Amino acid sequence: MMIRSVDVLKAGSLTTVQDRGRIGLAQLAVPRSGALDAPAWRLANRLVGNPEDAAALETTLTGPVLRPRVACHIAVTGAWSPVLVDGRPGPWGIPIWARPGQVVEIGTATRGLRSYIAISGGLAVDPVLGSRSTDLLSGLGPSPLRDGDLLPLGTQTGPPAAIDYAPYPPPPTELKLRIVLGPRHDWFTDATLAAFTQATYTVTTYSNRIALRLEGPPLQRRHTTELPSEPVVTGAIEVPSDGNPLIFLNDHPTTAGYPVVAVVAADDLAACAQARPGTTVRLWVRPAAMR
Amino acid sequence: MTSASTADVVKILPVGDRALLLELDGPAEVHALHVEIERRRRDGRLPAVEEVIPAARTILIDGLADPMRFAREVTDWQVPPAEVDDRGLVEVPTIYDGADLEQVARHWHMTTREVIATHASVEHRVAFCGFAPGFAYITGLPPECTVPRRANPRTAVPAGSVALAGEFTGIYPRPSPGGWQLIGRAEVSLWDPNRDPATLLSPGTRVRFVELGS
Repeated sequence: MMIRSVDVLKAGSLTTVQDRGRIGLAQLAVPRSGALDAPAWRLANRLVGNPEDAAALETTLTGPVLRPRVACHIAVTGAWSPVLVDGRPGPWGIPIWARPGQVVEIGTATRGLRSYIAISGGLAVDPVLGSRSTDLLSGLGPSPLRDGDLLPLGTQTGPPAAIDYAPYPPPPTELKLRIVLGPRHDWFTDATLAAFTQATYTVTTYSNRIALRLEGPPLQRRHTTELPSEPVVTGAIEVPSDGNPLIFLNDHPTTAGYPVVAVVAADDLAACAQARPGTTVRLWVRPAAMR
Repeated sequence: MTSASTADVVKILPVGDRALLLELDGPAEVHALHVEIERRRRDGRLPAVEEVIPAARTILIDGLADPMRFAREVTDWQVPPAEVDDRGLVEVPTIYDGADLEQVARHWHMTTREVIATHASVEHRVAFCGFAPGFAYITGLPPECTVPRRANPRTAVPAGSVALAGEFTGIYPRPSPGGWQLIGRAEVSLWDPNRDPATLLSPGTRVRFVELGS
């Protein structure tokens, strides 16, 4: 019986396997990981007929060159990356039928940062602690793709989506993030908080799957006492001692020792996943529902 | 001992739109509330949650569909003091030859031999995990036996290093930079993702450090 697999001719700049991540293990210091732009990842899976939470590839700016050994469907979503099939332009955002031996190249994104590449059957690398996701902070899960890798595929379970076009909002060119203040916003003066929510920040090149690191007006604390380490959520905006805020993304450590001034709304995290260095960031306070 | 009403001892802070941070006075209170949460979870009396994460003075509950409603429910809980866990005891064979032993002895106003005797005679307990998979913040030393972190962290601390910071003992699962005070080294497999359970030390595990050689 043919083992379904795909050759990785070129890995791309940083391509990893991602699914929904490791849930329920944060109390053991295991980061969540998983696809940073979850809606784009799920759409890619639906387009090729996979269960929504099948493992897929997440690219960073420049994608891989793949050569499937079996006939399969492939779909690319998320960042706008050019797709070439045997050197000819192929479609983005809808299922592509690839014959064995065809070369599918996902190029450099022109808008957004991370594309998701789903292949029918899903990626069947061995799971670690219940997930196939690569965790770049702890080193759990498969290593990032390397040139020459051979990726196993699962069995196709459903038909690809029979559509000509899947409408999807384009990756944003600037971030407008809704935030809920707290839990440690009382570590900052009202004037500091007002300035924070009125300022424009910029995503720096030091950003990655662990955090978006922002440049802009630093936040000054009221006092310099140490905060005992406390658990943090994805989307938390932490303010380290230099005052430059950072937004935790999926590979963030489970506890942190600096105050979290606010948390980005879960629905705005996909936009964070697509933010290239240089993207401007504005923050909009949503009132906390509590007293 | 009487149960404490949660409203008297817990400060509840909203975290984003799906989580709550419960803040308590100290590790004993965190432990008692964590045990109560896990008991209710096992009994099916807790709303669906994705994560329950204890830390030094807080517990985070993440993945709540209705955090406000849960916050109101929690304030009515009666939380009994935690009984002694029978989660088993892990013995950690330790060679007490760490580079910062004398520093610790100065802070504790003891000789290094007395530091070792104190550390090895106490029954410790894992308060919480953080920093990296396999890293446990282990509590149990007498309250006067604390140390600050090193003013200059080391760039490379070997795996297996037993170290102190604040009120906690930690054992480094992998080589890494570190600012904790080194008191010894242990040969234990703290973390193996292919083992069940993957982590040797999880919140509530009791720990004894057993001195090797003298």
